[in-house]
Amino acid sequence: MTRTDVIVIGGGIHGCCTALHLARRGLKPIVLEKNTVGRHASGVNAGGVRQLMRHTAEIPLSMAAMDAWERLDALLGPELAANCNFVGGVGQIGIAESAQELAWCRERVAEMRALGYDFEELIDADELKRLVPSVADICRGGIVSRRDGHANPFRTTQSFRLRAEQLGARILERTRVTGLEQGDGGWTVTTDRGTFGADIVVNCGGAWAWQAGAMVGEHFPKSHFASTLMVTSRMPHFIDPVVIGIDRVLSFKQTEAGTVVIGGGILGDPDLDAETAETVSDRMMESAATVYEFFPILRQATIVRTWAGLEALMPDVIPVIGPSRVASGLWHAFGFSGHGFQLGPIVGSVIADLIVDGVSPLPIAAFSPTRFTAEGKLRPPAQ
Amino acid sequence: MTHLQRESCELAIVGGGPAGLAAATLAAELGVETVLFDEQSAPGGQVYRNVEANAPRHDALAAILGGDYAGGLALVRAFRASGAAYEPESAVWQVAASGKVGVSRGGRAYLTRAQRVVLATGAMERPVPVPGWTLPGVMGAGAVQTLMKASGIVPDRPVVLAGCGPLLYLVAVQLVRANAPLVAVVDTSAATLAGTVRAALPLLPAFAGDLAKGLSWIATLKARRIPIHKGSRLVVEGTGRVEAVTFDSGGRRVRIATSLLLLHEGVIPNNQVTTSLRCKHVWNVAQAAWRPETDPFGATSSARVAVAGDGAGIGGARAAVHRGRLAALDAAFRLGRIGRDERDARARPERTALAREARLRAFLDRVYRPAEAVRPLDDDTLACRCEEVSAGELRGLIAEGFTDLNQLKSFSRCGMGQCQGRMCAGTVGRILAEGLATDMAAVGHYRLRIPVKPLPLAELAELGHADRNDKPVLEVADGDPSQRI
Ligand SMILES: Cc1cc2nc3c(=O)[nH]c(=O)nc-3n(C[C@H](O)[C@H](O)[C@H](O)COP(=O)(O)OP(=O)(O)OC[C@H]3O[C@@H](n4cnc5c(N)ncnc54)[C@H](O)[C@@H]3O)c2cc1C
Ligand SMILES: Cc1cc2nc3c(=O)[nH]c(=O)nc-3n(C[C@H](O)[C@H](O)[C@H](O)COP(=O)(O)OP(=O)(O)OC[C@H]3O[C@@H](n4cnc5c(N)ncnc54)[C@H](O)[C@@H]3O)c2cc1C
Repeated sequence: MTRTDVIVIGGGIHGCCTALHLARRGLKPIVLEKNTVGRHASGVNAGGVRQLMRHTAEIPLSMAAMDAWERLDALLGPELAANCNFVGGVGQIGIAESAQELAWCRERVAEMRALGYDFEELIDADELKRLVPSVADICRGGIVSRRDGHANPFRTTQSFRLRAEQLGARILERTRVTGLEQGDGGWTVTTDRGTFGADIVVNCGGAWAWQAGAMVGEHFPKSHFASTLMVTSRMPHFIDPVVIGIDRVLSFKQTEAGTVVIGGGILGDPDLDAETAETVSDRMMESAATVYEFFPILRQATIVRTWAGLEALMPDVIPVIGPSRVASGLWHAFGFSGHGFQLGPIVGSVIADLIVDGVSPLPIAAFSPTRFTAEGKLRPPAQ
Repeated sequence: MTHLQRESCELAIVGGGPAGLAAATLAAELGVETVLFDEQSAPGGQVYRNVEANAPRHDALAAILGGDYAGGLALVRAFRASGAAYEPESAVWQVAASGKVGVSRGGRAYLTRAQRVVLATGAMERPVPVPGWTLPGVMGAGAVQTLMKASGIVPDRPVVLAGCGPLLYLVAVQLVRANAPLVAVVDTSAATLAGTVRAALPLLPAFAGDLAKGLSWIATLKARRIPIHKGSRLVVEGTGRVEAVTFDSGGRRVRIATSLLLLHEGVIPNNQVTTSLRCKHVWNVAQAAWRPETDPFGATSSARVAVAGDGAGIGGARAAVHRGRLAALDAAFRLGRIGRDERDARARPERTALAREARLRAFLDRVYRPAEAVRPLDDDTLACRCEEVSAGELRGLIAEGFTDLNQLKSFSRCGMGQCQGRMCAGTVGRILAEGLATDMAAVGHYRLRIPVKPLPLAELAELGHADRNDKPVLEVADGDPSQRI
């Protein structure tokens, strides 16, 4: 049996980042990943680094994450930071086409101001046109978060992994956790490649995280979904910001290679057991239509590939971050519900703080596992 | 012009080469409602491309292409008479496990629901990634033949053919007959003449015709004084475009100047659709290629889908016909047109004929083993030409600890360009297998995703017969846009 202080289940961005921060705090974490690092959501997502239009409970985390994105050098060192291909400051823009959407934007910005946040700004049609000259005239304005941007998801996850290893963490790929048991000497973690002992276990299992919970009798929603992306052949450079729809299914950005990655909630068919997902062309129509309605230049674009990634989905679309409600020395960080890449640099640091200092410097009460019943159902919100 | 967009059919056949034509003809005869989709504008596939237009001609082109080619006409005529529906100029960009076939025709895309699908998508030329292989002026031999068949275009500048396999010699002879300036043939196969003759003897007298044809091709080249070199370690030279090819021959380095170099080391199954369907594939050692695993009727591990012809493993045009018929018999059985006994009885002669073809194939596989296409690449040779990723770059990543194809792809973008890995799949797999000191079976293959052929966004936006109600419901709390997934 291999013994260490912390075992992290899952080599996605959150597992790697958790290991990185734990190693920074002097621990010797081992990450167990059933496939390879970044094989699932963290390596195949759209790479959007978005503070814009987030659930208000996530905003403090998201703002701290944004600071970390802008200072990746400090976290990763210059070489690994550059490897992430992070492009900040281009902005993410929610585009309003209908009067109703524009009204929602106005309300949203007012709500944010009331909460003391000023990074979301209302923009009119002229400012929209200035930021994205290629936008169609039917678009009336929207809402922008100017510091936002994008990064290369696979390379970013890889960089976090390599940095964690430089700091002394171990990452074991093709190692599947099949059992968790707590005894007097701490946790015994069973895998298909031997047994591990640890004082603490962190569950960063993504779409499969509920399974790790079930191993100790702690239940969470099993729900997950497959988010689909479509990518075009290379196009001449025409847009810098990332754009998303308000009520319409839309989200896209142009990569440095010139390809356009289109997503925004197109659903695929998940297959959790086969650990993959199928894309479904019937469901791509709507966003294909929206994309070129808003950006006539894309009328000429050709789709060369589609793919889908598996992601955990909590009914309140916010993650689970915090201590287990049934066992001591077990922590959860999963359930990012489609937008956890941006939180990549921060959640692991919160978990490390919780483990080492016992407190989180950032508010995380909303993400507590205690919001679920023993059977794993979301409790109705307290009145 | 808008074309009919079929909403459904019992049997969809993808590909109108010998396998698809034979499958469609027999299935229709057995009363199955059959539609054949092919991206070409006329039936025939690779081997009998454009045969209806070319074969009846009494001009030079018919003579150039030869008698075997004209023989495809009977197959096409039977198909035309069979009652199977034919959708030409229809590129199939998806086959879903549910049987939904995505078709693009005349600038419009639509979905057809098929109860069963036979993939008869044939083969593609094996890429030969020798140093300089991406220089302009380097092409596949099959690609040049395609031009001859489709439009009667013959190279008029000096051309060298290099590689191995029957198609190499067939194209050489077709070029000579067309009076193309063929400078030389460089034969890269390791087999010696004596060895080949020894291996061929057991095939007599059964395959006397085929062997005689092979000999006659060589005789034709000899008569025209076309030099045939034995060569290995090919290098393509040139700045900006091909200027010469060099190779080892008889203990020295030979250099032949040319402005057109045709590389060919055989063909490999076109397995884009089957990998997109996650069908189980096996590594075929003798043919150095992946092929979908199939039962004796061509059925794959995907419940509604069968493969027939070269797409299921290279077998040649005659075998493709029998394999097409077997797939049709099984489709007719599964769709309730014939019973199991009838299927099996009618399958017997097809199987006997296939077993016969297999003997010839085993001989060809042995004699024409690719050598240049499977030799370790030089570090600066491009493995992926679309994204310009060199073998050395991939080796560097493997040395850093990458152990799987998806990692190499995600990191370097190899296989993510315009061809989506159709060209580099085997090469990247081989570099990984070498790096990990393991075999191809352990390394696996890319999984292609739909669309298996590039699809204009505008066509997708107006997808015909799409199911607009197919929207899974997610259990999420709120309709507020900020609660988006
Ligand atoms: C297509 C798509 C597009 C997206 N776009 C964006 C975007 O633009 N912006 C954004 O912020 N977010 C985006 N997201 C969401 C984001 O990708 C995820 O929220 C984030 O990557 C989740 O990271 P993770 O580490 O929790 O999960 P994962 O990356 O899924 O990692 C979990 C890992 O745990 C491993 N694992 C699970 N169980 C076990 C076990 N028992 N033993 C060993 N290993 C195990 C899995 O193999 C997996 O590798 C997108 C997601 C998808 C799918
Ligand atoms: C370039 C080339 C030239 C060849 N020339 C010869 C030759 O001259 N003589 C010889 O004996 N053998 C030749 N071969 C080998 C030959 O392909 C086979 O032995 C024989 O043609 C196999 O028949 P098939 O029915 O399996 O496939 P093919 O004859 O290859 O037919 C496949 C058909 O499917 C179509 N198709 C493929 N994918 C799609 C899609 N997604 N959507 C719509 N249609 C699709 C293709 O356009 C093609 O018409 C050639 C191979 C290649 C690659």
